[in-house]
Amino acid sequence: MRSLDKKLVRDFRRMWAQVLAIALVLASGVATLVLALGALRSLEETRATYYERYRFADVFAAVTRAPISLADKLEAIPGVIAADTRIRKLALLDIEGFALPATGLFISLPDQGGEKLNRLYLRLGRLAEPGRVDEVVINEAFSKAHGLLPGAKVKAILNGRMRTLTVVGIALSPEFIYALGPGDLMPDDRRFGVFWMSRQALGSLFDLDGAFNSLTLKLLPGADEATVIDRVDRLLERYGGSGATGRRDQTSHAFLDAELKQLTALARVMPPIFLLVTAFLINITLSRLVALEREQIGLLKAVGYHPSTIALHYVKFVLAIAFSGIAIGALAGAQMGHGLTRLYGDFFHFPFLIFARDPTIYILAAAVSTVAAVAGALHTVLEVLKLPPAVAMHPPAPPRYRKFFHSRPRWLPPLPQTATMALRNMVRWPLRSGFTLLGIALACGLMVTALLSFDSVDLMVDVAFNRMDRQHATIDFGEPNHTRAVRAVAGLPGVMRTEPYRAAPVRLVNGARSRQLSIVGLGEARDLSRVLDQDFRPVPLPETGIAISERVAEILDLKRGDMVTVEATTGKRRVAKVPVTEVIKSYFGLGVFMRLSALDDLLDDGARISGVRFAYDTAQEAALFKAVKATPAISAIALNRVSLVKFRETLAQNIDYMVTIYTTLAIIITFGVVYNSARIQLSERARELASLRVLGFTRGEVSWVLLSELAIITTAAIPLGWLFGYGFGWLLIQSFSSDLYRVPFVIDQATYAIAALIVIAASAVSALIVRRRVDHLDLVAVLKTRD
Amino acid sequence: MPVSVFEVERLCKVYRSGAIEVRALDGVDLKMAAGELIVLLGPSGSGKSTLLNILGGLDHATSGTVRFRGQDITRLDDRGLTEFRRAHIGFVFQFYNLVPSLTARENVALVTEIAPEPMTPEEALDWVGLSPRMDHFPAELSGGEQQRVAIARAIAKKPEVLLCDEPTGALDSRTGVRVLEALERINRELGTTTVVITHNAAIKEMAHTVISFADGRVSEVRHNTSRRAPSEISW
Repeated sequence: MRSLDKKLVRDFRRMWAQVLAIALVLASGVATLVLALGALRSLEETRATYYERYRFADVFAAVTRAPISLADKLEAIPGVIAADTRIRKLALLDIEGFALPATGLFISLPDQGGEKLNRLYLRLGRLAEPGRVDEVVINEAFSKAHGLLPGAKVKAILNGRMRTLTVVGIALSPEFIYALGPGDLMPDDRRFGVFWMSRQALGSLFDLDGAFNSLTLKLLPGADEATVIDRVDRLLERYGGSGATGRRDQTSHAFLDAELKQLTALARVMPPIFLLVTAFLINITLSRLVALEREQIGLLKAVGYHPSTIALHYVKFVLAIAFSGIAIGALAGAQMGHGLTRLYGDFFHFPFLIFARDPTIYILAAAVSTVAAVAGALHTVLEVLKLPPAVAMHPPAPPRYRKFFHSRPRWLPPLPQTATMALRNMVRWPLRSGFTLLGIALACGLMVTALLSFDSVDLMVDVAFNRMDRQHATIDFGEPNHTRAVRAVAGLPGVMRTEPYRAAPVRLVNGARSRQLSIVGLGEARDLSRVLDQDFRPVPLPETGIAISERVAEILDLKRGDMVTVEATTGKRRVAKVPVTEVIKSYFGLGVFMRLSALDDLLDDGARISGVRFAYDTAQEAALFKAVKATPAISAIALNRVSLVKFRETLAQNIDYMVTIYTTLAIIITFGVVYNSARIQLSERARELASLRVLGFTRGEVSWVLLSELAIITTAAIPLGWLFGYGFGWLLIQSFSSDLYRVPFVIDQATYAIAALIVIAASAVSALIVRRRVDHLDLVAVLKTRD
Repeated sequence: MPVSVFEVERLCKVYRSGAIEVRALDGVDLKMAAGELIVLLGPSGSGKSTLLNILGGLDHATSGTVRFRGQDITRLDDRGLTEFRRAHIGFVFQFYNLVPSLTARENVALVTEIAPEPMTPEEALDWVGLSPRMDHFPAELSGGEQQRVAIARAIAKKPEVLLCDEPTGALDSRTGVRVLEALERINRELGTTTVVITHNAAIKEMAHTVISFADGRVSEVRHNTSRRAPSEISW
């Protein structure tokens, strides 16, 4: 080994703690990049492959009842490759040993020729036989949640009749990667299952022989979706079509999309932060190393080493740090990627997972990290190249300090000299102080970002469950029902209060902007279903006019007082212009509300309700559920309280995972920055500190001289970190927002405090590790040497 | 019989590095009288710096005792030694060891802020003739001026003992003399016991007592009957 390389190895070993601190920061950048990009690619690739192999449809439409003969016309629409007409119905389930009522979504399977679109991935068993009204294939998640294997029996109320069904197969479908039950906020696989049954059987059970109520279409690549949707809507209009939608509005696809969007945001925001800090750390560490080895550099040049050889020696040192970081980061990233993928596995039901072991991700991560590291070293390496040997052999010119004031202003109390030292040092090295401050601030910002999810979710839950939808459960009838059905619900055991609602699919149009959604009509006297204004105060619904959520206002560019066109997409398809009377708070979905009577008038088909929201006495829950399960008219029930528990549970799990990762990363940054700064300060100021010890300063006092500067910087960094946290948080929340949900942006004061405490603690621990070295300063040795 | 500031008995200091044992001090016995200017002479490695460091509480003895005004300082722990230095000892080193980010006045104030009854920084700087330059940073001062700031910093707390390790070692003859003049004046007018280590035999002329070292032992103690003023010394 060449002598310089031996020196490299020894330097590396001697400075292991500093090297490790830098390598860990760099590793964090690599890990987040590998994690986010890896998970992103894996999910994208898995989804694309799944969609393609199992022919996931592009357009979806619901219709009341249309003849099967319409299929040919639908397939003749330019741009359509295939049209799959099918039956899709909700039904209440009764699972043995499971007290809660569950909801099943029944979908027909063609009796001949197999599924054209949204093909099943059969995990176990077989498909249901044509015409068999007692055979079903169920989705894997539901089967796992209840331990239902082929041969198991499930009871369901199909079109008003309780039937016992036999599970013959377990399958997955690209339509239900994210399987969300009606009225639920989070998938609950215990309470929502998908059931596939022979078309002939389902048609006979729901009186839909020769007809369909659900349509999915596959388009040619490059076909214009909007035009196709338009043609489909016109064809389905007379059969009660409620408006076709693209994949964008398909629940499962939309949720997966939202997740991918978040991963993209993660990949864009996080790695640059770490790489920036790495470049800075390498800069300060290398420039100190070179300052200490100044005379050696002069000597090497004097004996004939080429300047580029010496410069390369330092570049190699930096590369060694970079490669250690890349190795640690790649391993950690792959490891965390597995964690994240497992987490996804709980949410998203894929029959297979394609791990994108794409070497380009690692190459990209390694390349940007190396560039960041070398960029951090560049300035110092150029100095090594330029340094003339004769100059290098002399000690550098002493640093020049400046007084802040020529004479101290009278309002300023006299500072202790040790504080003056800290302040002058900070000002003397403004870039270093600035970057140290920036690094700590970034760490604090990360902490705020990690913790604000708690605050946001708390507010979301509080608003959604305690202030808006305060019902314990919601019964959905499937079809518009008579208002007297309210009385039937009120008569169920334990029901204390009932409030009917009507949901009507409509298209809201404002000029060139339009959006398909549901208007929910609510009664006048309401206590359970409330509509809140921007200040979270319940507001009454006016006799006419609609209240729209912020998201809808944004999409349609509407504000309070604007007129909006409402086109009913069912029934008599009435069109009306109504005023927007309120822009309201709503965090889930695209909420639009109207007074029930006004909605009835608008639709012009008499007083109808879609379902009932109600509160019940929990003491009578068992009796209530038993009764619900035996009520033929109920096709689905959403248990809002159960939902809330599930929602909190799932989010807590996710947030815990993310907070753990973010906290670790924030601690790594803080440690990397504070430890390295302190070590460099100690190296530069060892002599000064030893002098103070000799003058009679205690170890504590001397340590304070060294660390007070870092304490000042940390203190100054915290408010900046809060600001960063606010900014990152805002960005993050934007990336979370979709039509499905809108995460409120709130940061509690406690969040700021906890973030600050964690950063201060990490900073203090790093500083104390360095303090131990101050305690062991060899006074005599330091003072006897020339500076 | 003058009062002793330091009484050293059978003082040994052994440095061990692996199997090698170096006896830096090998049974030193001596007394230092209060108010004297004492010069320690001897070649490199003769033990004079080691003795100075132990006297000043910078280092621990291996065996033997050092009594400062009757108190055995070899029994003090690190905290005790810090207190001892803080209260009684002023140090001057060959390489000044000023804090580069503080002006001359502020360097002195560093000590006056922690001492019980110090003189003011201005007074201390006046003693070494640096009043006009007290708002300069060390980098703006010459070597001799920096050393005088170091002396001002050492005496500002009015120590009983001033320990100087090669105070003129890095200086030329002319500036060195000004430093010696400052030390002599402090010793004479403040009565501070002053111990100066030097390689420079010429300096012994200004001392009350000259203690010579060889191989970790005191080889000779000589009391000057007549002393020379620093201005009469040159090298």
